[in-house]
Amino acid sequence: MAAKERPKLAVFKFASCDGCQLALLNLEEELLALVGEVEIAYFLEARSRTLAGPYEVVLVEGSVTTPHDQERIKAIRKDAKFLMTIGACATAGGIQALRNWQDVDQFIQMVYATPAYIKTLAQSTPISAHVPVDFELNGCPINKKQALEVITSLLLGRVPHVPAHAVCVECKQRGTVCVPVAQGIPCLGPLTHAGCGAICPAYNRGCYGCYGPMESPNADSLMKQYQAQGVQRRELLRLLRGFTGFQGAFRSASDKLEKAGQSS
Amino acid sequence: MGSDNQNGGKRIRVECLTRVEGEGGLYARIEKGEVKDVKIDIYEPPRFFEAFLRGRHFQEVPDITARICGICPVAYQMSAVHALEAALGVTIPPAIRRLRRLLYCGEYIESHALHIYLLNAPDFLGYESAISLAADYPEVVERALRLKKAGNDLLEVLGGRATHPVSVCVGGFYKAPRRQDLLRLQGDLQWGLEAAKETVKLVSQFSFPELTPDYEFVSVTHPDEYPMNERRIASSSGLEIEPNEFEDAYLEEQVEHSTALHSVRAATGSSYFVGPLARLNLNLEKLFPQAREAARACGVAWPCRNPFKGIVARAIELVNAFEEALTIIDNYQEPAASRVDITVRGGEGCAATEAPRGLLYHRYRIDAQGLVEFAKIVPPTAQNYRRMEDDLRLLLPGVLDRSEVEIAQACENLVRTYDPCISCSTHFLKLRLERD
Repeated sequence: MAAKERPKLAVFKFASCDGCQLALLNLEEELLALVGEVEIAYFLEARSRTLAGPYEVVLVEGSVTTPHDQERIKAIRKDAKFLMTIGACATAGGIQALRNWQDVDQFIQMVYATPAYIKTLAQSTPISAHVPVDFELNGCPINKKQALEVITSLLLGRVPHVPAHAVCVECKQRGTVCVPVAQGIPCLGPLTHAGCGAICPAYNRGCYGCYGPMESPNADSLMKQYQAQGVQRRELLRLLRGFTGFQGAFRSASDKLEKAGQSS
Repeated sequence: MGSDNQNGGKRIRVECLTRVEGEGGLYARIEKGEVKDVKIDIYEPPRFFEAFLRGRHFQEVPDITARICGICPVAYQMSAVHALEAALGVTIPPAIRRLRRLLYCGEYIESHALHIYLLNAPDFLGYESAISLAADYPEVVERALRLKKAGNDLLEVLGGRATHPVSVCVGGFYKAPRRQDLLRLQGDLQWGLEAAKETVKLVSQFSFPELTPDYEFVSVTHPDEYPMNERRIASSSGLEIEPNEFEDAYLEEQVEHSTALHSVRAATGSSYFVGPLARLNLNLEKLFPQAREAARACGVAWPCRNPFKGIVARAIELVNAFEEALTIIDNYQEPAASRVDITVRGGEGCAATEAPRGLLYHRYRIDAQGLVEFAKIVPPTAQNYRRMEDDLRLLLPGVLDRSEVEIAQACENLVRTYDPCISCSTHFLKLRLERD
């Protein structure tokens, strides 16, 4: 493909740890091939040279947490033909969304001696709360192979293959003995979106849901089951309020548990 | 990028630093040829980790603090587990200690390879990125990516995944690797050791601007080992302290132009320097043999005070990390237990470990149920901001006769040698203000 015809790709960062952008640089064997197929027009971590938009493919990492970023994402959306959010911060608000259940002014005071210097929003919200998003790639961090899959399918004009079934399927594929069944450790796997390859159970611990809710989670049933097995309500509340805690079924399930604790 | 104002002064502004981790900019004001003001603007949005860690169980802390940084999550996990083990009165056996060092080696390899080749080397070779560099020197960039992969593969085997490893817990690991899984890495690590030595040769031949500020170097130090997780904190000023004296010796201040705090030496109010150059200068004789030989032969006189030569220090540490990883794997036997039992009790503990970018300090207080009551985290990059601004003040007079684009470039290049990790440094802890 001649250089002029390559689609322009841009990467933007909001409130995040940078891990999902790094996943792109971690493509290692495929990175130089990818660079041959797309024009990396804007990627501040990787290159100094930038090209102006509009861009064919825009990747956004990070959540919206400041008034400045609320405006910035709107400008980015205008310049993007296809906007994909990458990672738990962009798709779910991230671990920093824990402020959403607290008073952020108190948070500021805990961390900064002069709170007046800090401009921040009361909530950390996903990109989709502010602009329409064309594709959401879950993960904390994203799986670099899935990032490549989505970009490749875009270039080829086909639907990306990113299954939304539960992590349990990946556990079975990996041959891991079920951790909650065999060891009684609470595991969010049955509720969680696949993509990581079921790492945690293979490392002898329960899933903590960093890929967000799967397509049809039954959180009520799972929480009831764990509580019947003797797991403390507060432990389940913490488990649900993690890296994707502000999203969908995880949020409603944790709110329900919290309310149950208040009325008991 | 720059502009002149009416009284013949100059304002140099870099809106967005590139080829650094995170979001920051530079600002300098020059009047009548004198540098009046220098600021590193950190506008990375704050996430308030120390605030939302409160109320979490201590075993959640390694997973949560990892998310402070995608390039150095292991550093956060290591500082967290050591600080929490101090709070809980837990001692880990030598086998687990060695596995933690092995994990850190994986991160040093991945992080240093990334910075040396993809972020920093383009400046010395006259390219705007490794992407452009790859067009002319594909084999150099391929070597970089393969080095990075060697680090990431080690992290994956030991940690479950390279970014935000899942196997680390307070007390050890959820699961220890099998010997054969580690042995499988030996081939790539052997290749990496040779490639790292080539890296030292390559970068030590770069042309380095002359700048030798009078730094105070600070790093973790250990009687026998090149510092990683333990234990005391040393300074080139001669001060050597326990971790629990760190907050008295080194203070944080909030400044208006930065969402990250600045650190200074309490006794003098002056800046200090953490990172590979500091580690190497203070611990040279503790390097593994081939790394020590590379340090001797590379043509740099140690101790070195030129921040641009940080890339050489990083390359030497790259050699060292490969050597140590191979040594640990060679001798590895799967331990009987991957973690020690913990009796939950309230307490307070702190620790400093050496992240690839420098000293990373954590302190936690936990209650009798094991929930976090208080967390303080001091990242390396934040400790370096004041020193970076001081360096820019020293650099600027010598480059003022250049074009404004070139001046901005020179400033950005200097900041880049610090390998700043801005996402890490933006979340901060409250200063105890003492007023007269």
